[in-house]
Amino acid sequence: MSLLRVHQVSRAFGGLRAVQEVSLEVHAGSLTALIGPNGAGKTTLFALMSGFLKPDSGRIVLDGQDITGQAPHLNAKMGLTRTFQIVQPFAAQTVCENIAVGAHLHQPSRSLALREAQAVAERVGLGSQLNKPASDLTVAGRKRLELARALASRPRLLLLDEVLAGLNPQEIQDMLPVVRGLVDSGVTVLMIEHVMQAVMSLAEHVWVLAQGQLIAQGAPAEVTRNAQVIEAYLGHGAAARLAPGGAGA
Amino acid sequence: MKDARNIGLFVVLVGLIPFVTDSGVVLNFVMMALYACLLAQAWNVLGGFGGQFSFGHALFFGVGAYCHVMLQLHAGCNPWVALPLAMLASALVGAFVGGLSFRYGLKGSYFALVTLAFAEVFRIVTLSLSWTGGGVGLMLPLSESPANMQFSTRAGYVWLMLGLVTLALICTAWLRHSRFGAYLQAVRDNEDAASAVGVNPFRIKLAAIILSGAFMGAGGAFYAQVFQYIDPGLAFGPHTSVEALVGAIVGGMGTLWGPVLGALALHVLADVTRNLLGQLPGINMVVYGAVLVLIVMFLPRGISGARQ
Repeated sequence: MSLLRVHQVSRAFGGLRAVQEVSLEVHAGSLTALIGPNGAGKTTLFALMSGFLKPDSGRIVLDGQDITGQAPHLNAKMGLTRTFQIVQPFAAQTVCENIAVGAHLHQPSRSLALREAQAVAERVGLGSQLNKPASDLTVAGRKRLELARALASRPRLLLLDEVLAGLNPQEIQDMLPVVRGLVDSGVTVLMIEHVMQAVMSLAEHVWVLAQGQLIAQGAPAEVTRNAQVIEAYLGHGAAARLAPGGAGA
Repeated sequence: MKDARNIGLFVVLVGLIPFVTDSGVVLNFVMMALYACLLAQAWNVLGGFGGQFSFGHALFFGVGAYCHVMLQLHAGCNPWVALPLAMLASALVGAFVGGLSFRYGLKGSYFALVTLAFAEVFRIVTLSLSWTGGGVGLMLPLSESPANMQFSTRAGYVWLMLGLVTLALICTAWLRHSRFGAYLQAVRDNEDAASAVGVNPFRIKLAAIILSGAFMGAGGAFYAQVFQYIDPGLAFGPHTSVEALVGAIVGGMGTLWGPVLGALALHVLADVTRNLLGQLPGINMVVYGAVLVLIVMFLPRGISGARQ
């Protein structure tokens, strides 16, 4: 069953057609990834899905309900939450208070929300830094915080925008089980990711976006062999050169 | 819990002052210091906790003052009834200004300018309407009795003001320990991140300006009641806006006791300069300006943030 359906969505900024007639379906309980070279329109597509931008045309349907152009806070109430590529902590507040803002979505009581924030922090490995100001966290810590805050709002569908970017290999290794743990706990995850090692090991299905258009999709291993995808990343003619025995290799 | 205990302690200590002394000078000082606390705390709700820097809080002050006086003069209202109605009127003006500004996403200096402009518009309108007394202003007739909120000594006003400040403190303490307060601070720190987890920034900011406006309106009503006179310059002039925001910034924005400390410190300072330099009109504003610059440079988190 598809939890999120994106149907022929387009969005232009002046003359730049950032997203062009993209359609995709995210199935409940899946972990899928959206990849593509820089400037492909991945973050714009996320912003369209989560309500931060309104599409020029097309429809977005969450669990059977049309949410096209609906404000982000209403989407969050329906269980669709996103994280930000450039981390956005509430810098003046502690880690625990940051996460509690997410928990408040379904928990009006302050003390219970703070307690719940503690539990979520443990889950993403921030348990020892609860009372630190968010501004004192390392990049890896902030990425975890971003994830924790979204998680505390108990989303059904979580859009992760490059939670692994800027982390060192060890930190990535530490983060992979956290992301996988999300799916095991019943959250559907769609992630934008540049770290291919993570995409290969985590995602069951991959969409490839290039210049605003969906150019390929399928299992990660398939997609990375796709000639169009290789050209999108490495330039025109790259697929032919890379192919075994190809001209000019 | 700690906040409740501290507020209780504050109320008892300040409330006992009139029993210790009946010196008019001391009681007048306490009354005006409390009044400054109320303005600073009102500004703090929107500016400190909500991050929306208003430069025209005199708008709400003036609306409260005029409503309080006009309800008594034109509608024969008892001041004890007029005071909450004046707060309500200021809250409604807050809803109007906030509704417009936040709907169109005004932030930072744009929001500050819009509030300043609204205060000026109200000043000019009250100046030109005969209904509001024009430039002559409005006077409340003298009729001393507690039932009429006119006290024979300053003690009564001290207690009245203490009541209002306590209400503002309780409200601020609630901001520190409630979902609404958490949302307000989240919107202050990062609107996008807050809305991604289900916070409606428009509604939160609107509620904050309504609350802030109501307390500012109480300050205005109190001012008019004590001095039994109000005119457009006193009500909507920029000095009240400045007093409110400087008190909060100097003391520490987004804290419970910062605005109280800040207002008190400024009040002492203004009194001292007045004694040293004589009654130079506006000299306290010069001092406020200098203090503000120093605080922003050396103690960006205000007096109450200095010990950390």
